[in-house]
Amino acid sequence: MAIPLNINGKDVSVDASADTPLLWVLRDDLQLTGTKYGCGIAQCGACTVHLDGQPMRSCQAPIGSLAGVKILTIESLGGTHPIQAAWVKHDVPQCGYCQSGQIMSAVALLAKTPKPNDADIDAAMNGNICRCGTYQRIRAAIKDAAGVATA
Amino acid sequence: MDASHSMPATAAKPKKRLITTRRAFVVGALVVGGGALLVGVKPTDVLSLGANTPIGPFGPFIRFDPDGAVTVVNKHIEFGQGSHVGLAAMVAEELDADWDKVQIAQAPANARIYANLSVGAQGTGGSTAIANSWDQFRTAGAAARAMFIEAAATKFGVPAAQLTVKDSVISHPSGKSASFAELLPDAAKVTPPQSPPLKDPKAFTLIGTDRVRRKDAVAKSTGTARFTQDVHLPNMLTAMVAHPPRFGGQVASFDDSAARKVPGVVDVFKVPSGVAVVAANTFAARQGRDALKVQWDESKAETRGSDDLLTQYHSTSDPAATGGATNWQVFEQQPKGGGVAPAAAKSLDLTYDFPFLAHAPMEPMNCVAEIGGGKLKLTVGSQIPTIDQLNTAMIVGALPGSVEIEQLYAGGSFGRRANFQSDYVAECVHIAKHVGGGRPVKLVWAREDDMTGGYYRPLTHHRLKVGIGADGMPVSWIHRVVSQSVMKGSPIPGGMDTSSVEGAMGSPYLKVTPFVDGQLTFVDVGVPVLWWRSVGATHTAFVMEHTVDQIARLAGKDPVDYRRALYTKAGAAGARHLAVLNLAAEKAPWGKPANGWTQGVAVHESFGTVVGQIAEVKLDGGRPRVGRVVTAIDCGIAISPDQIAAQMEGGTCLGLAAALYGKIELKGGVVQQRNFDGYQVLRMSEAPQVETYIVRSLNRPSGAGEPGTPVIAPAVANALLALTGKATTSLPFVAA
Repeated sequence: MAIPLNINGKDVSVDASADTPLLWVLRDDLQLTGTKYGCGIAQCGACTVHLDGQPMRSCQAPIGSLAGVKILTIESLGGTHPIQAAWVKHDVPQCGYCQSGQIMSAVALLAKTPKPNDADIDAAMNGNICRCGTYQRIRAAIKDAAGVATA
Repeated sequence: MDASHSMPATAAKPKKRLITTRRAFVVGALVVGGGALLVGVKPTDVLSLGANTPIGPFGPFIRFDPDGAVTVVNKHIEFGQGSHVGLAAMVAEELDADWDKVQIAQAPANARIYANLSVGAQGTGGSTAIANSWDQFRTAGAAARAMFIEAAATKFGVPAAQLTVKDSVISHPSGKSASFAELLPDAAKVTPPQSPPLKDPKAFTLIGTDRVRRKDAVAKSTGTARFTQDVHLPNMLTAMVAHPPRFGGQVASFDDSAARKVPGVVDVFKVPSGVAVVAANTFAARQGRDALKVQWDESKAETRGSDDLLTQYHSTSDPAATGGATNWQVFEQQPKGGGVAPAAAKSLDLTYDFPFLAHAPMEPMNCVAEIGGGKLKLTVGSQIPTIDQLNTAMIVGALPGSVEIEQLYAGGSFGRRANFQSDYVAECVHIAKHVGGGRPVKLVWAREDDMTGGYYRPLTHHRLKVGIGADGMPVSWIHRVVSQSVMKGSPIPGGMDTSSVEGAMGSPYLKVTPFVDGQLTFVDVGVPVLWWRSVGATHTAFVMEHTVDQIARLAGKDPVDYRRALYTKAGAAGARHLAVLNLAAEKAPWGKPANGWTQGVAVHESFGTVVGQIAEVKLDGGRPRVGRVVTAIDCGIAISPDQIAAQMEGGTCLGLAAALYGKIELKGGVVQQRNFDGYQVLRMSEAPQVETYIVRSLNRPSGAGEPGTPVIAPAVANALLALTGKATTSLPFVAA
């Protein structure tokens, strides 16, 4: 069944069942592989994308529910987003696998809260697991991109 | 080797053990692999039979683009630990290359050319990537530099000794200069020197500076870094496998009628590890796998639970309960040959229990294989390519070196991607072999497959009786360890698996204790176990450091002062520990925690690196909360201070996650934790603020990937001891 989606500003049509999670359509059908599979149950945040500006777990978003929704993935940032620049400046990534999801959560945070404090960062980022333990650099990079002083 | 770079005895010793053990496994693997063990032939020559790796004029580790840009070929996997940048900096330093234009590529699999020199096979582990490459990669850079110098000397008609190199440009005092790009065709014709002089470390201009930063941060911040999970090849199939619910279970029969009806499912068949479903995409494979009905033969399955095992381990270590049937091996003994424990003024009886732990890297296990039709290729983040080649070769019947491996980034591993059975790689090879024709197959493990799939840090039990004299110093240390061997199933010819007691074995605390009786026994359990970042130190560091705090308390001494006394008494064996402790104590500073926080200290050596931490801890709703963690590290010469700090930050988080929550529990042989909802890990709001201070050193570098992991748990336990007066006897701190 052809299902229309709007991904990174482009209208696309995918041939998949309505219950297919957006994650697998992005990765397998559209080869937008920046969005990662980590747990499949919305516990790790590796698959975070923006649905109408909200950070959401694409593993839990069946494509049949996304008609008219603007979907943005890590690829939409183009590598030039201030958050991405801060990530590179602070050498945040280690293995790097979770970082697309971390970045999408951080971008959504700054869009809503341009000058986040530590509690804002905890609340926005707690759904994103990093097993390498890059959390303190993530925190520093978010503050740097936001122009708020590090405690 | 320059004498000024020789390592102190404390650093050299564990490395030597590692060499013996892990080289032996490769030799043994050859025997088991059915290949004849040829006397006088190096294992790496046999293991690379069938390989055809092109080598350019500058050797296997360096390539130049026509524009002079340098590509360093990394023989190790990059899975977060920073081997990429460390190895590249060694080459760039000796080559005097323009660091901004240095790139990194992954080496293909070839045990002869790209072996880890401390294990005799191509592979990454034991925090050896930097240490084993230190001479090799610097020599490669220095040899290439000499080739450019010779080419320039000829071109300019000047003596080579008058030339200098900076940022990929060779200059002569006369004003003549040429870039690597201009000299490349001539330099490529020069015969590389075998033993070019290396720089005095005091003359380094790149190594040890903050310029040595990751080269992959852009790719990993844009979603473009390529992991096994991301591989797409034309006509590729995706596979998932139904595994038995208990370890050791086998397929008895299966009904695939529903699975075959799932749109996209292409085939269903039995493989040695379960029932494979191959499909056009991941979602179809998952749905097909979930629709399978499999009857399992569990007649040989492990049916014990964690509690059953703990009860057995306790009775095994209990002198009152032991029937003498256990196979104890001595790992430390003073005086040699045994003796009688001297009378103690005071003593402590202690037990410690540690659960199974899953590695749970963010990228679940996976592999891509192409078998048949002239193809024999894996595309995978491979931690021990030589073993993955060998296991693949045994399945398909080929020379190990003929198995091509395209090495990718791995989304973490923490040891999971290194095992003697190549479990998930072999599973993928079986599937791809069945599919045949060289058609690419990507095996995907769901998180649940990864977490319930075994290869855990073994459940481990320690029992100690420690006596102190009238002066408070230890006079007797009786220590029993009960665990599973992570080397079991590996073809090691003889010898004790010391990886289970490393950290207790060789401890400076035992060196200063007149009576030591340390023994280890392994129990046969049907749960696959494996090294987990920092291996034996994941429990030995806790036992040694928490015990020392308890005996300091018994002696009425301050924990830092007490350690200083022990390290001082140990002499050379405690010198680096003392320096690390003093640096951490100065920077914290010890004795002056922030208001409302309690400090805990721990110091531990693993893989030749000493790490000391002073953690600030408080109880928050009954749970330990960790704030500032001051870390001091002696890892020899610091190549990338920033990445050493990153490893301390990350290692601390992984260690703290395990200490707070980490537990894989078996009930009736079934793993209870299946995903991150049941297996809790550390999240942003709980992450400590780690400050790293590096001991200045001109010793050869040792590792930084693992030694930051095991220190935080005892530091937290020691803070809790100070705060509550209660000792910790088992991990994790927080009950599920």
